[in-house]
Amino acid sequence: MDKKKKRSLTRGIILAVLAIAIGYTVYSSVTKEKVEVLRKGDDAPDFEVTDLNGEVHRLSDYKGQGVFLNFWGTWCEPCKREFPAIERQYKNFEAQGVQVLALNIAQSELEVKNYVESMSMTFPVAIDKTKSVMTAYNVNPLPTTILITPEGKVEKIITGEMSESQIVANLESIKPE
Amino acid sequence: MSLIEVSDKLLYVAFMCYLVATFLFGGAIKPTKANEPRRANKWGKLAIAITIVGFLSHLGYFITRWMYTGHAPMSNMFEFTTGFAMFLVLSFIIIYFMYKVAALGVVALPIAILIIGYAAMFPSETSPLVPSLQSDFLAVHVITAALGQSILAISAVAGIVYLLKAVDTKQKSKERFWFETVMFVCVLVIGFVLASITFSSMGVERTYQYTNSEGAVTVATYNMPTIFLFEGAVQVEKEDGNMYAETAEQNLGFVELPPLFDSRQFTIVTWSIIFGTILYGLLRLIGRRSITEMIQPLVKRVDLTLVDEIGYRSVLIGFPVFTLGALIFAMMWAQIAWGRYWGWDPKEVWALITWLFYAAFLHLRLSKGWEGKKSAWLAIVGFAIVMFNLVAVNLIIAGLHSYA
Amino acid sequence: MEKIRCECGHENPIGTKLCGVCGRALTEEEQQNKLADMRYDGIAIRSKTHNKSIIDKVWNFFSSVKVGITLIILNLLAASIGTILPQEFYIDASTEAAKKIYYEDIYGSFGSLYYNLGLSDIYSSWWFQILVLMLGVSIIIASIDRGVPLHKNLKNQRVKRHFNFMKRQRIFAEGQTTAQQDNTLGQVEEKLKKMRYNVRREGNALMAEKNRFARYGPYINHVGLIVFLIAVMLRLIPGFHVDESIWVAEGEMRAVPGMEGFFIYNDDFLLETHDNQAQGEQLKQGVNVVAKNFQTDAILYKQAEGSLPGQTDNLEEVLKEQIRVNHPMKYDGYAFYQMDYSLNELYKMKFALTNKETGASLGDVVIDLTNPEKTYDLGDGVRVDILSYVPDFSGFKNGQPQTATPAPNNPAFIFRMTTPETPEGETSFVAIKQTLEPLGETKYKMAFQNIETRDKTGLTIRKDSTIPFLFVGGFIFMLGVVIGSYWAHRRIWVEELEDGTIRLAAHTNKNWFGIKKELDVLTEAAHLPAYIDQVDLEKEKEKEGDTAL
Repeated sequence: MDKKKKRSLTRGIILAVLAIAIGYTVYSSVTKEKVEVLRKGDDAPDFEVTDLNGEVHRLSDYKGQGVFLNFWGTWCEPCKREFPAIERQYKNFEAQGVQVLALNIAQSELEVKNYVESMSMTFPVAIDKTKSVMTAYNVNPLPTTILITPEGKVEKIITGEMSESQIVANLESIKPE
Repeated sequence: MSLIEVSDKLLYVAFMCYLVATFLFGGAIKPTKANEPRRANKWGKLAIAITIVGFLSHLGYFITRWMYTGHAPMSNMFEFTTGFAMFLVLSFIIIYFMYKVAALGVVALPIAILIIGYAAMFPSETSPLVPSLQSDFLAVHVITAALGQSILAISAVAGIVYLLKAVDTKQKSKERFWFETVMFVCVLVIGFVLASITFSSMGVERTYQYTNSEGAVTVATYNMPTIFLFEGAVQVEKEDGNMYAETAEQNLGFVELPPLFDSRQFTIVTWSIIFGTILYGLLRLIGRRSITEMIQPLVKRVDLTLVDEIGYRSVLIGFPVFTLGALIFAMMWAQIAWGRYWGWDPKEVWALITWLFYAAFLHLRLSKGWEGKKSAWLAIVGFAIVMFNLVAVNLIIAGLHSYA
Repeated sequence: MEKIRCECGHENPIGTKLCGVCGRALTEEEQQNKLADMRYDGIAIRSKTHNKSIIDKVWNFFSSVKVGITLIILNLLAASIGTILPQEFYIDASTEAAKKIYYEDIYGSFGSLYYNLGLSDIYSSWWFQILVLMLGVSIIIASIDRGVPLHKNLKNQRVKRHFNFMKRQRIFAEGQTTAQQDNTLGQVEEKLKKMRYNVRREGNALMAEKNRFARYGPYINHVGLIVFLIAVMLRLIPGFHVDESIWVAEGEMRAVPGMEGFFIYNDDFLLETHDNQAQGEQLKQGVNVVAKNFQTDAILYKQAEGSLPGQTDNLEEVLKEQIRVNHPMKYDGYAFYQMDYSLNELYKMKFALTNKETGASLGDVVIDLTNPEKTYDLGDGVRVDILSYVPDFSGFKNGQPQTATPAPNNPAFIFRMTTPETPEGETSFVAIKQTLEPLGETKYKMAFQNIETRDKTGLTIRKDSTIPFLFVGGFIFMLGVVIGSYWAHRRIWVEELEDGTIRLAAHTNKNWFGIKKELDVLTEAAHLPAYIDQVDLEKEKEKEGDTAL
């Protein structure tokens, strides 16, 4: 190989490296907003909360069951609209090995208890007092529902209100085999 | 006499010294007969001595004001601008001792005088620091940046001296036109000072209440007769506390502008242009020549190659100082104060633009051989960018740095 | 590979202007120049040596200084366009729609255009980034292209240069010594050594050189810039950079976003103002008070090892600090910055259970709005129950009070008041400036007494692992720029011909004034013939030409 070819090769490599660097930089900064911390297929971060009845729920204890994890607040209108449907489907799916867990975002116990009573919700409701679970799951708008497979993986992240049929389909998707 | 009064007096002394020194430098470089070299030398020595006295007095102002306020006196428009003038004189003194070119003094000192005059039109009260400015970096960053800018400004001084000699005033040319324009802009600054003094001696002060572009009700005080006014503004008077009441007499100016435009600044600029243009016209009538021609004889004996080199050299000296002060220290402070070293704030961006411009200047000179006139023009444009960053970005473009 | 063979026998790469060894002009164009092109010591700039494939063409494009300068100017212009209107991140609008409306409302059709062209977020636009990166590429390639051959050339300098080279230097002297003396070169050598030159001699030729390292300044500062740019790019790699913000009210504990297992507690927020009167420009702009200090007394907690999110009972205090502007709280690479605040959020409300007729109070009830209790027992059969509480009352729906937000902006309660007089209890709905008695008129009322408020602090949490790299880049840049600016590479060539004629040439990459001063000293000390500055001469000739016209 003569000197000239070698030089061309060196130059080619340098230029290629630079082009890749530019491409990556521009791509990743343009798509920056769309990169989520938590994605489908990731391990769902483990957590432990105590519900309004004093029962402790730890995500890892539900291995082998699907978990329907719902983040909500009393001021959130869509949350209020979807709860009756969740309540109905909870009863259907509980026996099939799908757990429903609703996490309120740092409101007072009195508010949450009154709300749960008035909405006649029977599935476990806990308060994320320091927003640590919310932070771990990078939850922003409410409601957000995270579907967790029996293997403890994130199956789907749903932001916004769901219809009853969507709720059914989502619960189906994390039913243990 | 309190410290702050001493400080103000010292600044005044400095101003007068610069004024006297300008004329002495003028004497030092006046075309003399070949058999009178000694006299010129004596004038030059006296001129630089007075300049140094002026600088020391200026430094005295700076230190006493620092002692009085407890922070580096670079925190508002008045302080920063006077400080910048002080560093400009310091840079001139340094360059003078390196090259002993008296002609630089005839340009550098008047620029310093203009800058001080401009600064004096801003309120000179001391003001306490807002939390974001309470840092040792205020002194470190602002002083280094101002020093860097002032050394860079010397290249514009050299550029003006160079062009003053190199531009042919006999023939009509673009060059001649633009150089006269530069002179005209200098006269406009005097116009601003004259307008401010005239109207403040007449006691003009009008306060208006208006709704700004963000929808908030706010007030603006005019110290010049209203020409432009914010849309829907009413003239008000201050009552007790922070209450304002509409005045019986309403001076509503001639043109109403949407609140997006700062009518107060527009008015000031318009008055400056009116005063400046009249002054320029008078000067030309009396002198019967263009300003360029009037001052051209002063630089007759200047060595062009040397002046060109001075211009280049001051960019070389100033560029690293400017980088350190205006970019590196700035980034360090921004990281500490705001948690991000760079935020694309207009002032930051204009510091970057200045830096890029001088980088281009150096590359053009090194690789494209842009020397002489081209280089001199670039230096003047560079100074214009520095002044734009100092004046316009503070007054017009709002941002984190608008502390005037 | 093609070469040009110089008369001295040295083979130079194509494109060389001055022979690398003896300095003869090699191109015709160069031969015709009065002064030698010394910019890169006449080397063949690598890109100019061959120009064939696409790779070479791209390479040559970026290697050109003209392209580099154009890129600098383009960057400069693009950056300045972004300052015409405030950028999106400085305006008070969060959604795209709100931003669009903001620019339209405040800046009219120009604002609308500015927004639609993407100029309102210019610095994160793909094309601006490409411009910056292209400048980076230009810096890298141009430096390689010039730096490598220049380094080789400077390393292999020969002492004796050809007459053609010497006479075309800007500073040149030729003639007899001004005094009868032996060993002129020896004297020259001695004098130059005193001036701290490195002197080399080869027969009747001498070469003195000083501050050669100054020539590397530009290349060093370019390396610094590249390191800096790479450091900036590193930010984009996940994990290198955390940038989160959080609101914490006084007395509140919150998980720290981006910092797993850590919690922050706001013990107190403090806003102090300077007690002076506003004056001058502040007054003109309608600013009345000057803030002196924003401060959050914060406590940082860490969960015990192996704890999970959601658990709150096993926290350890790790740091207690006052966070102020310019004084962030730092922990393990993370820093907490005081960024924002909101004062006087409702915190506690005090009511007195009062007999409407007599005005007699049966006791006070203080309700913590962030954690109201279900029952307040005042003893002696007097109690108040909260049947319902909403923090931000927005109306009734199906007989239930509704809340608009979780913040206690407009708290409302349904109380049941039980006293010995009214053992069945009376129900009353109480909101700010509003009382309803839905189940009939009551004997007692909850009379509002006072409120307690608390402040909220807005903190930003940042971690930037790229800072050390940036620092290194900045440092290298400063080093290079200082070396390149404050030192000049000076070279002096002297040759003594057989007839005693002294020939001298000198070159410096900058500051000719300085080298001339040294040469003046040298000329006088060693009685050398006077040198001429050929640039001055040319200028004078031009002038003469002018006047002749």
